[in-house]
Amino acid sequence: MQTIDLRGVTCPTNFVMAKLELEDIEAGTCVEFLLDDGEPVKNVPRSLKDEGHKLLGLQERDGYYVLMLEKGAD
Amino acid sequence: MAEPKIDLRNLKAGGFIKERGKDLFTVRLRVPGGRMSVDRLSKIAAVAQKYGKGYVHLSVRQSIELININFADFDAVVAELGEEQQKVASCGARVRVPTACGGCEYNPNGLIDTQKSALEVDQKLFGTATGHHKFKVCFAGCPFDCPKSAINDVGFQGAVWPKLDADGCIGCGLCAKSCAEGALSMGPDNKPVFDASKCIYCGDCIKVCPTGAWSAEKKGYTVRIGGKWGRRPLVGTLYATFLPEERAVDFIAAVLAWYQEKAEGAGRVRLGDIIIREGWQSLLDHLRRDFSEYVVPETILPQVINSQLPLPGQNA
Repeated sequence: MQTIDLRGVTCPTNFVMAKLELEDIEAGTCVEFLLDDGEPVKNVPRSLKDEGHKLLGLQERDGYYVLMLEKGAD
Repeated sequence: MAEPKIDLRNLKAGGFIKERGKDLFTVRLRVPGGRMSVDRLSKIAAVAQKYGKGYVHLSVRQSIELININFADFDAVVAELGEEQQKVASCGARVRVPTACGGCEYNPNGLIDTQKSALEVDQKLFGTATGHHKFKVCFAGCPFDCPKSAINDVGFQGAVWPKLDADGCIGCGLCAKSCAEGALSMGPDNKPVFDASKCIYCGDCIKVCPTGAWSAEKKGYTVRIGGKWGRRPLVGTLYATFLPEERAVDFIAAVLAWYQEKAEGAGRVRLGDIIIREGWQSLLDHLRRDFSEYVVPETILPQVINSQLPLPGQNA
């Protein structure tokens, strides 16, 4: 599974980067995003859901979060 | 008396404000909720260019104010603004133009259509004379409360009560992570546990939930009353929760009726100070008559903010 590391990137740049990365991925594919605690983990999942992607789960790892997502249809 | 050279009916609700300097006035425009079509904005620009000083002022309550308008031009200004249905606002001891955030149509935080509420209040209550002092209303779409509802005479804040469908929950934990109030935590069965006593009705859990397991059980306005800013600021306090949006106008009218009655003879005194004088119980009982399902069991007086002037012991 492709992992996109958005740690160290602040809002809204992290969300826009996630959007750009998803442009090159086929619908139905699962991707994971690494997100910092705080604003990023609160905002980015919600914004990606709003864009029509399917959120599959969220896991805490050492001080950051892993968001699993399935790319939605355009 | 000589025939007036301007139509005095235009001045009835106020909105024409005397400036420094002979013959000059500021014309405050009526912009409920701060939303304006681009066509209207162009018309205002044209009128400002023709009759004004070359700039406008954006008031702190979302109005555009035309500056340096000669009073002899009032009728022409009103007529030309009228070509785009732009009206003049109010000032003085009246219900003012309501302010509002962008609402819920494009703002992802908005829980309720504040723009619709602001327009409705503006249509039905604009310019109503209070008999005492100004009366300000605002609509915030969510508990972020950008319009600062607690410093209005009546301030509304969009709210949503969340409900969980445990079968639809995949245990991802995003809701617990998103809840800034600590009202949600993940239980031993990996499902969220809701502590209602901490919830401020922001709906972040509903917005983030990937499966729609969280949804809105009920929606409406949290209502605070008695706030103001100015020389002696007061923070308004809670009177109602989950007031349906279609009851907002009636609710304001009920508060206004209480104020008009209780402030009789008090002079130029704001609602919050009348509540301090009369006690919150009187207003709460009055509101309970028509809004019993929404009114809170008890509240507190408007909260005085000690802004530390005058300094104690200060002499001239």
